[in-house]
Amino acid sequence: MRTIRYILQKEFIQIFRDKSLLPIIILIPIIELLILSYTATFEIKKVRLIVVDQDHSTESRHLIDRFSGSSFYRYLGQKASYDKAKEAVAKGDADQFIVIEPHFEKKLLNEKKGEIQITTDAINGSAAGLMAAYAISIINNFNKAILIKKLPLHFSGMPIQISSSFWYNPELNYITYMVPGILVLLITIIALFLSSMNIVKEKELGTIEQLNVTPIRKFEFIAGKLIPFWIIAMVDLIIGLLVARFWFGIIIFGNPLLLLFVASVYLVLVLAIGLFISTLTKTMQQSMFISWFVLVIFILMSGLFTPVESMPLWAQQLNMVNPLAYFIKINRMIMLKGATFYDFHKDFFILTGYAVAMLIFSTLKYKKTS
Amino acid sequence: MDKREKIIEVENLVKRFGAFVANNNLTFDIYKGEIFGFLGANGAGKTTTIKILCGLLKPTSGKVRVAGVDINKHPEDVKKRIGYMCQFFSMYNDMTVKENFRFYGGIYGLNKKDISDRTNFYLDKLNMKSIENMLLKNIPLGWKQKLAFSVANLHHPDIIFLDEPTSGVDPITRRQFWEMIYEASDNGTTVFVTTHYMDEAEYCERVSIMSEGKIKALGRPRDLNINDVFLKIARNVE
Repeated sequence: MRTIRYILQKEFIQIFRDKSLLPIIILIPIIELLILSYTATFEIKKVRLIVVDQDHSTESRHLIDRFSGSSFYRYLGQKASYDKAKEAVAKGDADQFIVIEPHFEKKLLNEKKGEIQITTDAINGSAAGLMAAYAISIINNFNKAILIKKLPLHFSGMPIQISSSFWYNPELNYITYMVPGILVLLITIIALFLSSMNIVKEKELGTIEQLNVTPIRKFEFIAGKLIPFWIIAMVDLIIGLLVARFWFGIIIFGNPLLLLFVASVYLVLVLAIGLFISTLTKTMQQSMFISWFVLVIFILMSGLFTPVESMPLWAQQLNMVNPLAYFIKINRMIMLKGATFYDFHKDFFILTGYAVAMLIFSTLKYKKTS
Repeated sequence: MDKREKIIEVENLVKRFGAFVANNNLTFDIYKGEIFGFLGANGAGKTTTIKILCGLLKPTSGKVRVAGVDINKHPEDVKKRIGYMCQFFSMYNDMTVKENFRFYGGIYGLNKKDISDRTNFYLDKLNMKSIENMLLKNIPLGWKQKLAFSVANLHHPDIIFLDEPTSGVDPITRRQFWEMIYEASDNGTTVFVTTHYMDEAEYCERVSIMSEGKIKALGRPRDLNINDVFLKIARNVE
């Protein structure tokens, strides 16, 4: 155990003496958390809208007012024809246009049936779906208002009264949803990259040979190498949680200590993967590439940006080996739902088993003799 | 021949890297306390042999015993008893002289007092006490090599392996370096040193001369006519 202390001492001297590494470890996670949390949003604000009003009536103006008054829309004005509006969307100047047909108001009053057409730029499919939904919801409200105006006595409401509520994130705030996931991502990047590069750096410098001729034991060496990064990642997580609490105002519903406990196990797994990568590679460049490759797959499949439930079955099964998927899920449960240990104990035990297995595997893979 | 105790025994050592044979059937013994020179041109296979003897590389076949231990079966058992200084400088450039000594002393299991006593002892001897808090990267190569030799000796090993310790250093430092080797040898340490400087052969008790993975000659420098051996090897290579 004394040996581990000497290795730790050496690692911390080197980390704190590296003037370019310290800011990476402390500042970059905070900056990334701030930037990513604001930018990684699915909400679309300010849909750029053009209207082709072929009716020019009171009702058509009322409808346009509803759009221009919505905080989701930025009303760009009218175009004279369908073709002109189409051209604006094609050029990327507008996202959506509405065509109000001639005699809209007359038909609405006489035949009780006016028609409008909505066209949405659907290059980004999910964004288009949202924009169309916004438009439909505004028009539905408009419909309702007409009904109430025309039939004030008969209209006491729709046959089915819907009262819906959103749990755990009542304001549907994306920051609340994204921050816990991004926190996980950041400590993963720090832990994976630092651990996979560190041992490879000793290989590149040739100092690993000098260590391999010493009686240093494998587990001492590995513990001495991984513990510093475990501590750094935990500190980063605590800083990140404080930023989440005091900058974003996210209240952690669950027990923060429970969260740190799960993180402590999760980080062992990430560090073991980093160690494994370092046993496969000879240069820092190779190790960077492999770490990045692995990480991108983990991130895209983790459910951070897209829901796991909508992935094909094989992808969901592949997520069984994705550490990020487990921890993002657990982290969101603790931070947003106030989950207790029992709520995620199965995932936690899988994570623990995975971490132990990976650590043993990587330790066996690390060889003092080539 | 020599009645002294054998500390390294090598029998039919072969090391292949794919089709390339780096060590082709080497057999030699080294006796306790001697200075054994391992001579040869670059690429002759010297470094491969030294790495096998230190337990860094596994031999393809053959028997290797270091300090009575089969290095192939129990490489870890011998590591407390050997010191190694490799061809490329391998202390930590971003740490000070003292920190490097403390780290290596620590992982060899020395206690605090031993570490600080021995660090002071070696730094005094090298007249480097004044630079103990300097980062290694700011120290000239020749000085670093002397420090590396001291670090390799810190745990008082029975055998010390030196892989081209004097390559790239000036003649005066080389001379001083050999004085350090003699001192270690006087204290009973066996020294195994590789070099491609032919004049350094004269400083060794026995030398072996390697070429293309084979030992071409082995014996006392005064018994071998080193120049003749080299001429012969050079002609064969051509």
